Amino acid sequence: MQLDAKIPTGPIAEKWEKARFDLKLVNPANKRKFEILIVGTGLAGASAAATLGELGYNVRCFCFQDSARRAHSIAAQGGINAAKNYQNDGDSVFRLFYDTVKGGDYRAREANVHRLAEVSVNIIDQATAQGVPFAREYGGLLANRSFGGAQVSRTFYARGQTGQQLLLGAYQALMRQVKAGRVTLHARTEMLDLVVHEGRARGIVTRDLATGDIRSWSGDAVVLATGGYGNVYYLSTNAKGSNVTAAWRAHRRGAYFANPCYTQIHPTCIPVSGDYQSKLTLMSESLRNDGRIWVPTAPGDSRRPTDIPESERDYYLERRYPAFGNLVPRDVASRAAKKEADDGRGVGPGGLGVYLDFANAIERLGQDAIAARYGNLFEMYERITGDDPYRVPMRIFPAVHYTMGGLWVDYNLMTTVPGLYSIGESNFSDHGANRLGASALMQGLADGYFVLPNTIGDYLAQHMGEERLETSDSAFTAIEDDVRGRTRKLLETNGKRTVDDFHRELGLLMWNECGMERSAEGLRRALAKIPEMREEFHQNVRVLGGDQTVNQSLEKAGRVADFFELAELMCIDALNRDESCGGHFRTEHQTPEGEAQRDDENFRYVAAWECTGDFAKPVLNKEPLEFENVKLTQRSYK
Amino acid sequence: MDLTLYVWRQAGPDAAGEMKRYEAQGMSPDMSFLEMLDVVNERLILEGEEPIVFEHDCREGICGACGMVINGVAHGPQRATTTCQLHMRQFNDGDTIYIEPWRSTAFPVLRDLMVDRSSFDRIIEAGGYVSVSTGSARDANEIPVPKADADSAMDAAACIGCGACVAACPNGAAQLFTSAKVAHLGLLPQGQPERLSRTRAMVAVMEDEAFGSCTNHRECEAVCPKQISVDYIARLNRDYLKAQLLDPNAK
Amino acid sequence: MSWIIGFFRSAMGKKAVMAVTGVMLFGFVLTHMVGNLKLYFGPEKINAYAEGLREIGAPLLSHGDALLIARLGLIAAVVLHIWAATSLTLVNRRARAQGYARKSPQAATYASRTMRYGGLIILAFVVYHLMHFTWGNVHGDFVPGDVYHNVVSGFQNPLISGFYILAQLALGLHLYHGLWSFMQTLGLNGPRLNALRQPFAATFTAIVVIGNISLPLSVLAGFVTLHG
Repeated sequence: MQLDAKIPTGPIAEKWEKARFDLKLVNPANKRKFEILIVGTGLAGASAAATLGELGYNVRCFCFQDSARRAHSIAAQGGINAAKNYQNDGDSVFRLFYDTVKGGDYRAREANVHRLAEVSVNIIDQATAQGVPFAREYGGLLANRSFGGAQVSRTFYARGQTGQQLLLGAYQALMRQVKAGRVTLHARTEMLDLVVHEGRARGIVTRDLATGDIRSWSGDAVVLATGGYGNVYYLSTNAKGSNVTAAWRAHRRGAYFANPCYTQIHPTCIPVSGDYQSKLTLMSESLRNDGRIWVPTAPGDSRRPTDIPESERDYYLERRYPAFGNLVPRDVASRAAKKEADDGRGVGPGGLGVYLDFANAIERLGQDAIAARYGNLFEMYERITGDDPYRVPMRIFPAVHYTMGGLWVDYNLMTTVPGLYSIGESNFSDHGANRLGASALMQGLADGYFVLPNTIGDYLAQHMGEERLETSDSAFTAIEDDVRGRTRKLLETNGKRTVDDFHRELGLLMWNECGMERSAEGLRRALAKIPEMREEFHQNVRVLGGDQTVNQSLEKAGRVADFFELAELMCIDALNRDESCGGHFRTEHQTPEGEAQRDDENFRYVAAWECTGDFAKPVLNKEPLEFENVKLTQRSYK
Repeated sequence: MDLTLYVWRQAGPDAAGEMKRYEAQGMSPDMSFLEMLDVVNERLILEGEEPIVFEHDCREGICGACGMVINGVAHGPQRATTTCQLHMRQFNDGDTIYIEPWRSTAFPVLRDLMVDRSSFDRIIEAGGYVSVSTGSARDANEIPVPKADADSAMDAAACIGCGACVAACPNGAAQLFTSAKVAHLGLLPQGQPERLSRTRAMVAVMEDEAFGSCTNHRECEAVCPKQISVDYIARLNRDYLKAQLLDPNAK
Repeated sequence: MSWIIGFFRSAMGKKAVMAVTGVMLFGFVLTHMVGNLKLYFGPEKINAYAEGLREIGAPLLSHGDALLIARLGLIAAVVLHIWAATSLTLVNRRARAQGYARKSPQAATYASRTMRYGGLIILAFVVYHLMHFTWGNVHGDFVPGDVYHNVVSGFQNPLISGFYILAQLALGLHLYHGLWSFMQTLGLNGPRLNALRQPFAATFTAIVVIGNISLPLSVLAGFVTLHG
């Protein structure tokens, strides 16, 4: 299929305005005739549901959590970027656009990113009006801080809980629409499949996680705001419930999956402490401003860090990157830590950690100054590890954090299935091969508050007056039966291994072969192994209990089954992308300094994968990326 | 470390429940409390017993999903800590640990340690927002907000909606939760137009939802993982009296 | 006006009623204690004080009117206080229909947890106290109008004195929680005031309790005798 990104013509700064003029509108009296199904209540889903409700559409909104307020956007710490230029430091919409495209290692679509930068300023206005308590200066105006990948201070924040506060703002706007009767919320309800009929998305099939009821919902459009798929690695900074099922099922029903291999590894997370580890916790990147990263010079040195003399420590980032030192970008810092661990110089259990040491900073600035800057992070670290970072160095290690890949969408955020939209982290559109800090919140809210509400009308207007498909239609019942069958099969397998056991095994394989570094050889190994593991999963998984009750093992089993399928596609994509870019690092393609070496000639495209049936070889569709406003360069941090 | 657990098991909302004894052997002090339960659950599954159901999601102390009463204390013995952030080094080898769900008529048990907290959502739905539709906002810096007010609003807004306040309150009251949202919005200029009507509406729903009433025990503040102060409850009381007695717009 | 009914029906409204009537009752208890101290000035003073209470408001009010009004006000306050307490207790019981197998209080004080029982003890004491010193039906040597004689002869019985002292301690616990709690309930708070609330409660509780307890102790110690 020929991919049409529907990018408006004209100069980049005028595309969004042109699009809004060209898109068809639905008049206010007709909006209430439409029903829109939104899956997910994170920043993107909640803001979209609230805004579409305000516009007068009927909205049904689904989340698997017990409350819309718990979506994982809530865990974002650092902040949200916006080109307000309140600091008068030379920021502009174009600069934010430029930084984001460059930060994404030139693998994002220019027009989308420019629109993102344009609406970023409206997000701050909107959130402030909702009562989001952003940090302020003594004069009462908004405060900003700087963040990785930018030379201006454009990041707005609410302590270390920016995601929480923005999500609560969106959730509250959503609840206002629930009160107004425009939005119906379905919490504890997980989407298990998409219903496509005559080439258009017509509804979804869900399971009520409290009662086990499987039922269908018919809508005029379906919006997936279901987040990322980092949990394919089992251990990640994602919430335990974060999963790919909704997006994956949509992919199986015809939506192309774009750039699945683009995953972001965050360098400063608390390392694994044992086999029981259930998730990884991120420590804010800001710690690298004052902490120095080191490992013992000698491999296998098991002395306590405070007993290792200065001469036997290797401050490897300062050594390898004298200009940026400990402040190199996320991907560079992550790979460097991995290299130390691979060389046997890692510290802590299993050697999977490096030290982040504040001794010098405490000596220089005093403990009080450090406590004022990082007090709450130090407390959190101590709560988790039992170590006091004022006295002993922290141990940190990279962890999977964000997935830039996702469902392919056009400029209007519609997938390749007409009537099916994808917003926020679940789509692929704005971050290219690497996301800059404080940009995820921006994208989720841009999509939900400002983009989708403008673009969805264009599709709906074309279907004015058409009947919604009844959920009794065979298009629905067939898929319901399919879902019931899958559920029943998981319950009936009654094998010998738990779901988590399989998930851990898959995660470890993906981390080793399709994690921070990938090689053709490793990816081929993974591609040989994954189908075997998947097969064993379906033969030997043990899921106890029934389906007419709360059954957390069953929920997990369904998600892990889909992770197995996604994992294969990720490896296929990673193998296909025979270059390094951003978070996708192929060992075969690095500069002499060990940095990611792009191949713009052959890989300056979006890889949009098409599902061709159960476990059949997916088909690659390419959307070429045109860069008319940004100059492609090679990053260097020496 | 070896532990003896007494865990509330209840097959469904209408089923009778009981405290059931489990031996949890060979646990590591570095595990989180939920990881300890994960390990217990993995063993239960292999032994053919259905795992203990408990709510959890982010496991980094911010989503508010997790929560259980551990040895009589909501979220367990460590202050300012959610259950997911509680680690086993807070316990000793050989300890007996009692694990119960939040007990509140407004939070019916769904299964084992999982309760239905949708009553909190309904309190927010009643008025826990500023009525501003997307697109109508003016420039964010047009209204300066005193830093102290913004900071206090943030302290209140830090609520994660976990329900520990209700679980710990001897009266099962939801005052800390409701007051935190009323204060968050009421402290900011953006929240002023609806301040009193919001207070009336949220309190009315709170009281309809089978929560108890506040008698100033301050148990809520003691267990709140975000250390939200009962000062906000006093503020709620003040706003409520104002809303009932002094609001020029209330008929 | 339906909002008034709504206000009295609401739990937060009832709490405000508790607080306001509690403050009224505290005012009474404090005044009563101050009046009691006249015992130290001899029979004439305290009997004249007791009689003088009936003359408050003269010449606008007739003999005994002010006392009647005060008594009606007090009765109303007591009734409302108890009604609100009972009603809230029922709400709170329903809110925790199923209790915990283990419960470990983290901040609640003995005073806060015993408000209900303390209130019941105080109620029982008030009834006894009225029968003892006002109506005289449980007083072996009651002389109508001779307050001094009735009090001193009553307190000369160590059992009766002991009961009064225990009742005052119960009152003290109730006051200690009530005196800071009413400020919280009526929204009287702020960083400066908050630091003063607990000391205020402790001080006034001590004043009332010590003032009242000193009387039976003084009688038992022979410091205050029937003959002044």
